[in-house]
Amino acid sequence: MNSGATAAVSGRRDRMLAWLANHRQVSSETLVTLLVNWVTSAMTWLVLGIALALPVFLYIVLINIVALSGDFDGNPRISIYLQQDVTASETEQVLGLINDHPDTHEVKLITPGEALADFQARSGFGDVLNSLERNPLPAVIELEPRNTEPYALRQRIVEIEALPFVDLVVIDLAWIERLFAFIAFGERVAWALSLILSLGVLLVVGNTIRLAIENRRTEIEVVKLVGGTDNFVRRPFLYLGFWYGLGGAITAWVLVQTCLIFLAGPVELIAQSYQDDYSLQGLSAMEGVALCLAGSTLGMLGAAFAVSKHLHTFSATMEAEG
Amino acid sequence: MRCLATVVIRFDNVSKRYPGGKEALSRVSFEIDSGEMVFLTGHSGAGKSTLMKLIIVMERASQGQVFLQGVNVNRIAEKQIPAIRRNIGVVFQNHQLLFDRTVFDNVALPLIIAGFQHREIGRRVRAALSKVGLTDKERVLPIALSGGEQQRVGIARAVVNRPQLLLADEPTGNLDPGLSAEIMKLFHQFNQVGVTVMIATHDLELVSRLKKRELQLHEGRLVNHE
Repeated sequence: MNSGATAAVSGRRDRMLAWLANHRQVSSETLVTLLVNWVTSAMTWLVLGIALALPVFLYIVLINIVALSGDFDGNPRISIYLQQDVTASETEQVLGLINDHPDTHEVKLITPGEALADFQARSGFGDVLNSLERNPLPAVIELEPRNTEPYALRQRIVEIEALPFVDLVVIDLAWIERLFAFIAFGERVAWALSLILSLGVLLVVGNTIRLAIENRRTEIEVVKLVGGTDNFVRRPFLYLGFWYGLGGAITAWVLVQTCLIFLAGPVELIAQSYQDDYSLQGLSAMEGVALCLAGSTLGMLGAAFAVSKHLHTFSATMEAEG
Repeated sequence: MRCLATVVIRFDNVSKRYPGGKEALSRVSFEIDSGEMVFLTGHSGAGKSTLMKLIIVMERASQGQVFLQGVNVNRIAEKQIPAIRRNIGVVFQNHQLLFDRTVFDNVALPLIIAGFQHREIGRRVRAALSKVGLTDKERVLPIALSGGEQQRVGIARAVVNRPQLLLADEPTGNLDPGLSAEIMKLFHQFNQVGVTVMIATHDLELVSRLKKRELQLHEGRLVNHE
C-alpha cells in the first residue's frame, strides 16, 4: 500500500512547498519556545558562549601578539664586523652590496674611528686606548633586515658571511626564536582548547536535547504512530540544537568583544610604548560569521548525536495488555 | 475464497513470541474484507493489543505472515513503515493526545506529517471535528475537555487523513455506558461510508448489540473464527 493517503497531495511541487513550510514552522516554533523559556535558554547559551569564547579569546591574543611582533621597534639588528685591515673603499663596496639587497631595511656604518670615539667616551679606558699604536676596532655595519623570521634571518646571515671582507656576523636570535616558539605553542594550545571545548559544546547541547526528547516523549510516540518519518521526528530537535549553537556563538562573540573593550585601554598603552598607533585587533565580521557557523554546526551535531542515541529507544506504547 | 483485492487484513498462521518465552499470539489466521466492521474480543492479556501492534508494524511476527492490502508487512523495510501507518487511523484507550496543543493542532498532526497544504489542513480538520461533533472546541486545549470529548478528538485525528482502515484499542475503556454507545455509533457511521473498522474491546454487551463479526482471542489463540 503505497502512500495512498498522500495521493491527495497533488504533486512534487506541493510536497516541496509543504516540506519548506514545515521547516519554516519548526524553525520558528523552536526559537519561540527557547525565547519563551528565556531564563533556562540564557543559561545554556551562556555556558556554550563561555566554552566557545575561551579559544576565541586566546586566538585574539595570538593575532595581536603576531601583529605587534611583526613590526617591533626593537627589530633584530645584524652586526657585521669587517676584517681589521679593510680600506675605506673596500668598506664602501661591502656596504653597497648589503644596501642593494632587497631584504635590507636600514643600514648604518660605524667606522673604526667612530667606534673608537664611542668606546672611549663610554668605557673610561680613554688613556689606555690612546697609548695603542693603532685602532684595534674594526668597521661595523649595522643592518636592519625586513624579514625577521628566524629562518629568513639565518639565510641572510649565511649570505652576508659569504661576502668579501666580512669577519664576523652577530645577531641575538634567541629572543625572536623564543617569541615565535611561544606563538606556535599558543596556537597549539588554542587548537587543543578548541577541540576540548567543542566536545564540551557537543555534550552540553546533547544533554539539553536529551532532556527535550524526554519531555516530548508522548509527542514523539504519537507522531510515529500517525506515520511521521524519522526525519520529521528529528527535525525540531535539530533546530533546537541549531538555535542553541547559534545563540552560544553570538554570546561568545559578545563576551569576547566586551572583554576587548575592557582591555583596550591598558593594552594600547603598552602597545604604544613600542609603536605609535597600535589598536587592539578584535574579531573581524568574517571571523564572527565563521564563529556563528561553527557554533550552529556544533549545536546541530550535538543534537543529531542525542537524537540518534535516544530516538530509537522509543517505541510507541499501546495499552499494556497483550 | 474471497477475492484478494478486497481483503484489507490477512493473518496467515501468525505467532508472536516475546523475549522471555511468553507467546502472546499463536498460529492466528483470519481475513478482514474491505468495508467490514469487526470486533476483537478477549480477556486482558489475550493478545488483542499484540495483534493490533502487528497490523501497524509496531511489532513484527515471530512466525507466519501479516498482509495489509496484499503487502507482506513482515518483509517491508523500516523506512516504509510511516507510509503504511498513514493509511491506518488508530484510536487509543488513553487517547494519546498532546496536551500542550489545541484540539485543532492535535487533529491536524497526521495531515502536517503527510505534507498537506495549510488551507487543505484547515478544511479537513474542521470536517473531521464536525463529524465527531466538536466544531466549537477547535481552539480549546484537550485538558479542558471531558473524557468522552477527548476520545472524540482522538477519533477525529484517526479519521482526518481519510484512512481505509480504522483501528481502535479499547476506545470505550474509560467511558460510562452512555458515552460508550455514542462512540460506537461514531465508528459505525464511519463503517457505513466504507471504512474498514476493527475494534478491540472487552465490552461484550456493546458487541452483541451491534451484531458484527467477532474475533475472539483466548490466551493468544483465535477461538471463534466465524
